[in-house]
Amino acid sequence: MANKSVFGDVRVGLLQYPGSNCDADCLDVFARYLDISLIPIWHTEHALPKLDALILPGGFSYGDYLRAGALAGHAKITPSIREFAKAGGSVIGICNGFQILTEMGLLPGTLLKNASGRFICRQVHLNVAEGASLYSKALSSSGSLTMPIAHGEGRYFIDDDGLERLRGEGQVAFRYSDENGELSDQTNPNGSIDHIAGIVSTNGRVLGMMPHPERAVDTLIGGSQDGLSILKTFLQSAQ
Amino acid sequence: MQLEVVVSLKPEVLDTEGRAIQSTMHRLGFESLESVSVSKRFILEFDEADELAFQKAEKLAKEHLSNPVSETYLVRKLS
Repeated sequence: MANKSVFGDVRVGLLQYPGSNCDADCLDVFARYLDISLIPIWHTEHALPKLDALILPGGFSYGDYLRAGALAGHAKITPSIREFAKAGGSVIGICNGFQILTEMGLLPGTLLKNASGRFICRQVHLNVAEGASLYSKALSSSGSLTMPIAHGEGRYFIDDDGLERLRGEGQVAFRYSDENGELSDQTNPNGSIDHIAGIVSTNGRVLGMMPHPERAVDTLIGGSQDGLSILKTFLQSAQ
Repeated sequence: MQLEVVVSLKPEVLDTEGRAIQSTMHRLGFESLESVSVSKRFILEFDEADELAFQKAEKLAKEHLSNPVSETYLVRKLS
């Protein structure tokens, strides 16, 4: 269904895998705060409907069997997602969605068990990295963004050459920081290389991030509305 | 044909599970235990001639059972 929100007629799909568990949060947030009815897509579909943007939500697809995101990365719908992304479609992968995007090969690197060995569920601050993507341009003036993480396997890892490429191409989107946007080992919750919390594809349209923007939209339940800024930028990138 | 695939973290990647095990074993009196690395072992059975089965196991290990970013793999014939 098309939506008449402030973003115009925008069609946004929501992937659902066995074990997705942040899909309902996304449906609710997009309906109530952005006036958009997401289009749910079950992983066994062979083709995506006509879309402007696509969300891969958080959760534990296939119980993280093999590696987090590995089995979902080979779902029947995967070739259609790859095609959509290669054609310049806007994609956001949140938490498990980020892990799935790396397993699909749409984003480089991988996500390993947190360095502390613990599942971490708490608020973090994010420094918006300088880069060419719309996310960097739209959000860099905000100092730092605040939103929660909730993961056991969020330690971003890539080899030195890969990291050099990411930096060179301006593909780092967010880094874990303090509230002033300053980086230190103390503000890196999971031991991610170069403090990386989120990255974009070379065309800037595919964003993967471990923190949960959909859980930072309403001050009523504490925290910030910084997640909403990210979701709005995601919709702008689809226009 | 039965084959074994062992998938391990690359040496430069921190093995959090191994480290946690080592730390607890130290407490239990194994002070000389210097490190623990944890690997995953897959037993694959193919209804296929040996050479073809090995090739398929190799392909499966390389492309799916391991992640080249952080892991290495080893394929071995069992029977």
